[in-house]
Amino acid sequence: MEFIKKYPKLFQWLFLLIVFFALCFAIDVPETYKFIRGQAEFVKDPNQSFYVFLGKEVRYYAFDVFWRLPPLLGWVPIWINDSLFFLMNEWMPIEFWNEDTQEFRTRPLVLQISRNLTAFMTFLIELIREILLGGLETIVAFTSWDWIDKNPWAELPGLPWTIVAAGSAILAYKLSGKGLALFAGLVMVYISIFGQWKPSMQTLSFILVAAPLSFIFGLGLGIAAYKSKRVEKALYPILLVMQTMPQYAVLVPALVLFGVGDHAAVIITMVVAVPPMILLTILGLRAIPPEVIEAGRMSGCNNWQLMFKVLIPTARRDILIGVNQVIMVCFSMAVISAFIGAKGLGFNLLLALNQLNIGLALEAGLCISLIAILLDKMSLAWANKQTDYFGNLTFYQRNRNILFFVATVIIGIVLAYIGTFLFKGSYNYLFEVPHNKGISTADFWNKGVDWIFDTFFVYIKAFNTWLIQDVLQPMRALYLRMPAVATLVLVVGAGYLIGGIRSALVVCGLTLFIALSPWWDRALVTAYMATFGVVISCIIGFTVGTLCFQNKHSASFMLGVCDIFQTFPSFVYLIPVMMLFGITDTSVLIAVIVYATIPATRYTIEGLRSVPVGLHDAATMSGVNKFQRLTKIEFPLAFPHMMLGLNQTIVFALFMVIIGAFIGTEDLGQYILKALSDKKGAGIGFTLGICVAFIGLIFDNLIRTWVEKRKKHLGIN
Amino acid sequence: MSEPVIKCEAVYKIFGANAKKMLQESNGNVDAKTFQENGCIVGVNNASFEVSKGEMLVVMGLSGSGKSTLLRCISRLTDATGGKIFIEGQDLLQLNNKELIELRRNKMGMVFQSFALLPHKTVVENIAFPLQIKGIKTEDSISKAMDMVKLVGLDGRENYFPRELSGGQQQRVGIARSLAVEPDIWFLDEPFSALDPLIRKEMQDEFLRLQEKLKKTIMFITHDFDEALKLADRIAIMKDGIIEQLDTPANIVLNPATEYVRKFTEEVPREKVLLIEDVMDPSTTDNLGDLKVLKDEIIENVAEKILTQEKSVAVIDNKNKIVGSINPSKIINTVFGGRKNNN
Repeated sequence: MEFIKKYPKLFQWLFLLIVFFALCFAIDVPETYKFIRGQAEFVKDPNQSFYVFLGKEVRYYAFDVFWRLPPLLGWVPIWINDSLFFLMNEWMPIEFWNEDTQEFRTRPLVLQISRNLTAFMTFLIELIREILLGGLETIVAFTSWDWIDKNPWAELPGLPWTIVAAGSAILAYKLSGKGLALFAGLVMVYISIFGQWKPSMQTLSFILVAAPLSFIFGLGLGIAAYKSKRVEKALYPILLVMQTMPQYAVLVPALVLFGVGDHAAVIITMVVAVPPMILLTILGLRAIPPEVIEAGRMSGCNNWQLMFKVLIPTARRDILIGVNQVIMVCFSMAVISAFIGAKGLGFNLLLALNQLNIGLALEAGLCISLIAILLDKMSLAWANKQTDYFGNLTFYQRNRNILFFVATVIIGIVLAYIGTFLFKGSYNYLFEVPHNKGISTADFWNKGVDWIFDTFFVYIKAFNTWLIQDVLQPMRALYLRMPAVATLVLVVGAGYLIGGIRSALVVCGLTLFIALSPWWDRALVTAYMATFGVVISCIIGFTVGTLCFQNKHSASFMLGVCDIFQTFPSFVYLIPVMMLFGITDTSVLIAVIVYATIPATRYTIEGLRSVPVGLHDAATMSGVNKFQRLTKIEFPLAFPHMMLGLNQTIVFALFMVIIGAFIGTEDLGQYILKALSDKKGAGIGFTLGICVAFIGLIFDNLIRTWVEKRKKHLGIN
Repeated sequence: MSEPVIKCEAVYKIFGANAKKMLQESNGNVDAKTFQENGCIVGVNNASFEVSKGEMLVVMGLSGSGKSTLLRCISRLTDATGGKIFIEGQDLLQLNNKELIELRRNKMGMVFQSFALLPHKTVVENIAFPLQIKGIKTEDSISKAMDMVKLVGLDGRENYFPRELSGGQQQRVGIARSLAVEPDIWFLDEPFSALDPLIRKEMQDEFLRLQEKLKKTIMFITHDFDEALKLADRIAIMKDGIIEQLDTPANIVLNPATEYVRKFTEEVPREKVLLIEDVMDPSTTDNLGDLKVLKDEIIENVAEKILTQEKSVAVIDNKNKIVGSINPSKIINTVFGGRKNNN
């Protein structure tokens, strides 16, 4: 009894676990249940039963109430689908003037808005593509085809690659200095020489449209949320869900609303990229010292002046970090949106992966990663750059970079012109290196892959078989044995013990949504894969982080490595693992582990670093050795931050598990992927996305509540 | 006497959801405790005072005493919950947003404890900022700002960024910025509290020199009693939102109104604060010595001379007219007597 009184929390947790396991053992998987492979859910099956809700027929397989709750929310996807269809095709018909047929026509409002939006986005993308790659569509938009035919000069050639390369080097030089300029130049030259120019510029044009638009919307909404509590309250849950929603899932409704192509990709990218921008804008504006705002007011600023002359410039750094985030999201979406027909490197990457041409995939992936790193470094340099004072500089000093750029434009054009004589009859390499004429290392890599397979096949195969048969399958079976009721008890109990009744209710709601959807067993599979990844990632990440922290240089080096790895679009991680392990669950899990180790490592190092110097000194003066200092001082204090790392690790792992569907898993992600090619997939895809987001949010809620309590207890902010 | 520049009548500032309603119900009898039980925090409690033209009123109080809140009510950075505030006869709380902005652009300047400079602007741009906000042309505003740079002695650093300056220099920029529009009313919210002691003293002297020249109407907030004594024409001492005493430095030192105020005055070296005038006997007697002292002299400076006399000493004004007398024993009394815990 003494013991129980001393550790009441421990006893409560033990009790909770005992109840959970007792329920798990008491409730057996019903004999009628079989783990159904992918497509079957959509087919009419004699084993299925159905119920009707709000006039919609919901089909489901027989189940045991205790093991799996009835799919009471099965109508949600169907309902979303029908509403979308109704919105697009029937709701609010309006009249509009058709330019081509010179008459009024009627069209539903939403469809008309979507078409206009589509046209606008397409116009923007095409405009930038024409500057970078040449073309004439924009000119046609302003004039007509006849006019183009009469004036052949109007067919705009794109910028020669030399100019774009030099231009980005100059920009990099202005933002950061020689090092980055050199890197920028080399990246551009590499892209050109390896014949990836065209897809790269397509991707770039896509990002140059998506990123600024996301920035403007994010900033605007961020300001609105900063100014009005009501707007913030309305935005907050959406932002939360969007942060944990797998990007795949957003694709599906967009497909219905905006169709296939670059424009839909831009809109989707905005949906994903705006939330982090909003969050960072709010964060930046909140961090402004109140006295600065008061100083602005006392200077007689009106609201507009206060916002644009005082608040935003003062919060400049946070806002530009937001821009950096936006760019990173754009890159990861550049690949994923290839699923709905965005052109560029992502499309090539996807195609190559589909053909199992690892070499080509590697080249495209490398290109996209290089551009991502370049833009990441450039935008960070912009954020950290202090404004210079241009008080009394000469015209040359002030406009040096512009003058240089003008010079490179002239030189580039001259070179391209000379090129027309040099490479008569063949391609003008000084203008653009065509896709198939560049140097390609694809064969080399493919041979390498073959060699690896030939040489190590036995070992890889053995490892693969062992992992799948002895670890993964038993683990999956164990997870599938978790009855919905037992899981609900566990999660709600944990919520109550950590955060009280409020937390318990939130977590209960989130779990119930998943449990009442028709995909409980899939969610368990997702959970098992994510758990496997998270456990191993955390072990690796915490160990590596702690080891690297022992030395100042290795710590900064490791953080740098994390930075670079985080810049890679998530899809790129699939390339090397497919190279080694082929199309198996092992590949997915290894990609998950690599990807999710990044935040685990980063947060460990950051957490250990944040331990105040004074405490270090105090500990040293108390005569602790290194190990004692680590276990008695640093770990306890860094632990809350490390738990936030765990939170990020879970989100990252879930992301990768879902993307892993591309390789062929059997979890929620696979269903989302299937929904992409399903005519009525929008509702299913979206609901599945919400399910995944909710899995993330359950852990997010529990961990955050615990961390906040712990931090308050320790007195650290 | 001309109209006071700042006039407060029963100003209240109470934070909380239903502060206004509770204030109305309390009929002006605000008790901090009952308010707190109902989720309201009393910032300023029934503050009434006037500041006349060219006067420097120092509001002194410890942290949480409501002194900064009072200042923010008068500059209308927050809206007072109850009471009336007049700026040159204008009812401040009745002004609409546009009129308020006009007032701030032309009549008010404010200096902040943490300097509150704009990090993205240089010294001269920071100082020119209020002018540019008013819509003055860039060149004019910059040339005006350069005058201000010279006034606060930052010439040669006008193109520095705030991050490149020391704390004292940053506050000079803050002062210059607040003076750029040539305001009549000058608010200073603990301007020297964030500075090192030596720099603080230097800035106080600099500030007195400026005020000598500019003769602004000033409300100066501080938590440092010595600073208040050094600078003030009058001092208001605040505690828990209530003004405990509002009087000249000498009167506060000599006649503390409450126990709370007396605690502050205990440690004050009176000979350094009080003038002969404050302690002299206004009735002149015939039995005076040869020594004559000016009435504006600080006691410390003439104490030695007076104490060597046996008779009372004549006190004269600057027209050499005798206005009173002072006995050496009075000096001893003032410096050493009347204190508790002195042994």
